Amino acid sequence: MSTRDIVFVALFAALTAALGLFPPVTLPVIGVPITAQSMGVMLAGAIAGARRGGTALALFVLLVCAGLPLMAGGRGGLGIVMGPGGGFVLMWPVAAFVIGLLYERALRSLTIWKEVLILVLGGVVLTYAVGIPWIAVVARVDLAKAALGSAWFLPGDAVKVVLAVAIARAVRRAYPTLQPR
Amino acid sequence: MTPYLPGESPVHRCPPGAKILALVAVGTALFALPRLDLALAALAATGLLYGLAGITARLALAQLRPLAWILVVLVLVQLALDGWLSAMLVAARLAALVLLAGLVTLTTRSADLIEALQNGLAWLKPLGVNPAKVGLAIALTLRFIPVLAAITAEVREAQRARGLERSLVALTVPVVVRMLKMSDDIAAAIDARSYDPDQAGG
Repeated sequence: MSTRDIVFVALFAALTAALGLFPPVTLPVIGVPITAQSMGVMLAGAIAGARRGGTALALFVLLVCAGLPLMAGGRGGLGIVMGPGGGFVLMWPVAAFVIGLLYERALRSLTIWKEVLILVLGGVVLTYAVGIPWIAVVARVDLAKAALGSAWFLPGDAVKVVLAVAIARAVRRAYPTLQPR
Repeated sequence: MTPYLPGESPVHRCPPGAKILALVAVGTALFALPRLDLALAALAATGLLYGLAGITARLALAQLRPLAWILVVLVLVQLALDGWLSAMLVAARLAALVLLAGLVTLTTRSADLIEALQNGLAWLKPLGVNPAKVGLAIALTLRFIPVLAAITAEVREAQRARGLERSLVALTVPVVVRMLKMSDDIAAAIDARSYDPDQAGG
């Protein structure tokens, strides 16, 4: 990684932390909070690309594990990763990487709908695929209940995908950072 | 940043790396072996460590407060579905882990934690991860958070003048673009000073 890549990684780790300044809303039964931070995951992938975006979120998760209060509501520590929402958090670096990869692949032919599809795939489908079974194991509820409880995230996720597409498009026009691959 | 409580107790003097490892080990063990006696023993041991560190019971309970009602809901769900034994297990395990994580952050400076992390990542060197670069990225991240907050406040004021203060997109796009430009300047400045992570130590 070049110095520029390292600075970009730090920037998107910090952006994800800053999005945590919006107060979280905690869901009942499964005990996982809705935060603006998953938008940081989408923006890191869509703007910084696969390698830098994925690394940025890996750095963010590392800092949270080390106990820095960077999660929404000033939470931090390994308790977060061990808790019901841990599956989602651990998938963030993977999600940012996959989103970045798909963006770089499709860069020459990006349409709004392609971007929405990429963000839903990486930011929602992929994270839920690990996040829901994780809730079921940690909170000891059955899989169906965990999935049903997680459905409460979907409206928030839809809003975040729309916002992320709008932001990523505008930023790409003003300051292109991605290389097609 | 983290509410660090200075002290001279054995818990404070224990190397940060060891504390992180212990936390990971206990967390893994409690989930791998879901037994009530183990969870209660971990909870009791954590209580003893708080006493050893000289932390008041009030401050210890404050660690649990953000989680208090999640705990209550979890216990009620377990009670309804699986009986009181499993409810006690879930509650004791979660409380023990949260208290233990809180103990580590209360007795360790963030600077020491970062250094321990950087040293702890040395084994990744053969995989192409440079711990010195990770250290730089961590330091930059911690510096960027207040900078982001300041830039956001500035942009919000500018957009209020245009009547756009309610639009999240009109707020975020200029912030991100300014941060990207700033990142390029910072990277150029670091390179201009001949920063060489291979010689920076770490």
